[in-house]
Formats: sequence, C-alpha cells, structure tokens
Amino acid sequence: MYSADVLKHFKNPHNMGKVKNPDGIGKVGNIVCGDVMWLYIKVGKSTSRRKKGKEIITDVKFETFGCTAAIATSSMITDLAKGKTFEEALKINKQEITDSLGGLPPIKVHCSILASDALVEAIYDYLSKNKKPVSKELEKRHLRIKKEKEIIEERYKEWVGKQQEIVEKD
Amino acid sequence: MKMDKTKKRKIYLDYAATTPVDPEVQKAMRPYFSRDFGNASSLHHFGQKAKEALEQSRDVIAKTIGAESEEIIFTSSATESANLALKGITFANRDKGNHIIISSIEHDCVLNTALWLKKQGFEITQIPVDKYGLVDPKEVEKAVKKETVLVSVIWANNEIGTIQPIAEIGKICRKNNVYFHTDAAQAFGKVPINVVGTDVDLLTASAHKIYGPKGAAFLFVRKGVNIDPILHGGGQEFGLRSSTENLPAIVGFAKATEITSREMKSENKRLLKLQDWIITQLLKKVPDSYLNGHSEKRVPNITNLRFAFVEGESIMMELDWYGIAVSTGSACSSPKLEPSHVLLALGLRPEEIHGSIRISLGRWTTKEEVDYLIEVLPKVVSKLRKISPFAS
Repeated sequence: MYSADVLKHFKNPHNMGKVKNPDGIGKVGNIVCGDVMWLYIKVGKSTSRRKKGKEIITDVKFETFGCTAAIATSSMITDLAKGKTFEEALKINKQEITDSLGGLPPIKVHCSILASDALVEAIYDYLSKNKKPVSKELEKRHLRIKKEKEIIEERYKEWVGKQQEIVEKD
Repeated sequence: MKMDKTKKRKIYLDYAATTPVDPEVQKAMRPYFSRDFGNASSLHHFGQKAKEALEQSRDVIAKTIGAESEEIIFTSSATESANLALKGITFANRDKGNHIIISSIEHDCVLNTALWLKKQGFEITQIPVDKYGLVDPKEVEKAVKKETVLVSVIWANNEIGTIQPIAEIGKICRKNNVYFHTDAAQAFGKVPINVVGTDVDLLTASAHKIYGPKGAAFLFVRKGVNIDPILHGGGQEFGLRSSTENLPAIVGFAKATEITSREMKSENKRLLKLQDWIITQLLKKVPDSYLNGHSEKRVPNITNLRFAFVEGESIMMELDWYGIAVSTGSACSSPKLEPSHVLLALGLRPEEIHGSIRISLGRWTTKEEVDYLIEVLPKVVSKLRKISPFAS
C-alpha cells in the first residue's frame, strides 16, 4: 500500500534528530491518529545571487512519533524546506509532499498536513521570538495548529513530562 | 551481503490472523473439487457421495467438542456463525425479551452485529474487563435481567489471547435461563473444549485459524435452542443455513480439526515454551516494554506487547522489512484510524495502544525464527525511539 519512495524515506529518514541551538521549533500533533512531530530549524542569510540577503532555512531536522507515513513525510519536508526562503517554505503544501513521495494512501494524507504544519510552526516560532513581522495568513494558520496541539498535549501529558525530566537531567 | 540475506527471510508470526493450509488437509480436500463434486442435496449417487463426506465431516467435528452431529451447523466464516447466533437468537426470542449482553472485548463480528441489533431496537449491555482482559462472571450475573435473551463472551481473545472463565459464565446463564454464545475462533484447537459439562448453548469456530481452508466454519447449536436462520432458501443444515454446502472446505475443516486435536497437547506445550521465551527476552531487552493481557490465562500462540514512545505500524513495517510479519492494534493501521477497542477496554490510553504489536505463533514456528525476532525487534524499537520526540 505504500509507494517505494515512502518506504525508502521511512527506512532511512533524512535529517532525523535535533538541531543544536535551533532558531525555531515547530511542535505539532495530529488529533486524528495521534502522530506527533517536532521540527527544528536553523535560519541564516542566503549567499546565492537570486536570494541574496534574504533569510533562508539553512538546516532542518525532525523528531516524530508516528506511523510509516508520518516518518516519511517528516523526512520529505526536511528535504523540501532546506535552503528555502520563508515565503517559499510556507508554500509547501500536502500535495507537494505527497507527490514528492510518489503518493500516499488516501487515509494517510493527513500525515502530510502534519508535516507542513510543523514547518509553519517552526517559522512562526522564529519570527515571533525575534519580534519580526508575521503575516495575517501565517497568524491564522498558527492559531488553528495551536488549537489542535492543545488537544494532543492533554493526551500525551505524562510522556511530554517524562521527556522534560530527561532533558533537565542532561 | 548480509543485508540481502536478511531481506530474503520470510517469517510469519501472524497465525492469529490466518494460517496456511496443512498439506494433509489439502490432500483430503482435493477429491471434492472435480471428482466428488456433487451437491449434497441431490439424491443421485453424485449427491449421495457428497452427502456422505459432509456427514462424516460433521461427525468428526461434533465428536471433537462432545456435541451431537445435528448440533453442528456449517457456515462460511466465524463472522457468519456469530451473526447467526446473535441475530438468530434475538429474533427468535423477541417475545421473551430484547436485551443482550456482550463483553467489551468481543471480536468485531460480535460487536458490530450487536451494534446493528441495537439499531433494530434491542438493548445491549457491554460488560467491562479487568486490566488483564478478564471478564468477571459476577458482572455477567449483575447485568442479567428479565428481558435478557443472550450472553456472548469470546472464549480466547484474538488480540491479547486472554482466556475467559467460560464454564462459570455458562453456569450463570443456565441458572438465569439465558442463552450463552461463545466465539471460540481463537480457542478452538488451543483450549480443550467440551460442550458436555460446559453450559454453552452456541459456539463459533473457524477452519482457517487451525490450518484449514478459508470459507468453512461452524456454529454449535445445542439441541432445543430456539433460533431462527438468517439465510433462507433450500433448508440445508437442518434449516438453519440455506446454501449449497462448501464441501471441499468442510472436508478440509474436519481434517484440520482431526490433526489439531490430535496434536493439541504437545503443540501447546511447545508453543508455550516459545511464547514464554519471547515475553521474557523482549521485556528484558527492551526498556519501557510491557505485556498486554493476562500472564497465565492466555492461549499459547498470542502475545501482545507494547513499547512506549513508538508507534505500532512503524514497528510492523520495520519488522516487515526484515521479513517478519506481525500485526498491530495501533490506530494508524486501522481503516477507521481508531485504536483497538480491546486494548482500550483494558484501560490503556490511546498513546499506549499506538505502540502495541501482536506476535502470534503457529505450527511451523521454530525456535530459530523466534530468536531472530528477539534479535531484530529491540533494534527496531531503538531505531524508532531515536526518531521519536518522546524518548531520548
């Protein structure tokens, strides 16, 4: 039922783990099946001629609790987002993610929404932390995602707490 | 190229889903496709030959569970048997009452039939189980009322393997004059079943769980039980299941029953040893892992384990990459994206259920296969935990 590309990304996910001192973190959860995705980004200035001076995503990594499709879409979004300006990155939608993976079973398409939500959140986190202007559209997307996240966090309270403990011990 | 070698291995550890047909069973079935193909309802010698094989098969199965031959109704599947039991009893006994009781860990074939009956105006009570998946017979007694016509409790659960106190529940039903059905699809061939001395009125079992073919099952209906058919037609199977009998499958079912009951004792001993080995080794090797279900009151072939911080479908797909087939109760693998109702009934939270997998053993499972699983699974869980935000 999964495409060869989905299985490839699942088996050997790209950019898995944490970014050291991330500039933005996007933590999202999908209420439909309980997948949780954390996305870390590093931001820098582009040196390419076309994007010169613009802020781009220089590094991106993920941590995901979820099924095959959730892990594969996480891996794919990191590939798609790397080197992009915010404007470009925010245009990555579920269609682009599923197409890049050679398709997803219909029931798993929501996993690709989770991936693009994580990226939105990471960018929003960076912009708001650095008191940079946030577009109306981005603000609206952030509020919708935040509401869904609150429902998930209630369900995963105990585990998120455990993660916090482990981090503090380190 | 070690990787290629591991990729080629094929290890089936999903025997609770279905089993391969035993070669001896296949051989027994073969004549009934083209040579002795007659319709058991025909009076000519083609038909009579078929009728003879049909009745012989019925005798074999009846004898195995201590029933009389006329008490065995052949159907196409355990799902059909359960539908016949629930719909047949409730519709035939509507003048007595409209209440039925089921456990909260029934297979979908009983659960969804009961939910359909609810839509038809019947009242359903679902009795809870404890954290090991056990039904307390006292809870059944509490739930029984004047209007109750049927109690249905799964003998051995298909996801966690917990074996229910069927004899005790049966006694309560008998005392209260309520019919008792048990779905024994996973118990038949693994648990000694004798309807003499067990107050079971209806019992469902299926061929493809015991190395027989798909497409044959039976419903035991105790003599004198008031039940209506759900398939109307030519009146086969004592009027309870019209349809031309699927003779090759039924003959295969009888042969599979013969082999299984012959080997049950020694096979159970063998599987139990393998199962204990799996449970102790995996719980030891994988931190934050737990056994779902009862540690002793369980069939020897079904093990359900859960691993914190990771998701079952990804465990399953990783194992599949190594050639190992298991199944999961995770919502991500269900068509409705809902976690297993059986694991929910144990009091597990959805996120715990997400990390559960079922390993089920069978006739061709070897120690070597089990050792391979024990070697691979901890690696798989640890790899997925590296990806998970909840484990570090």
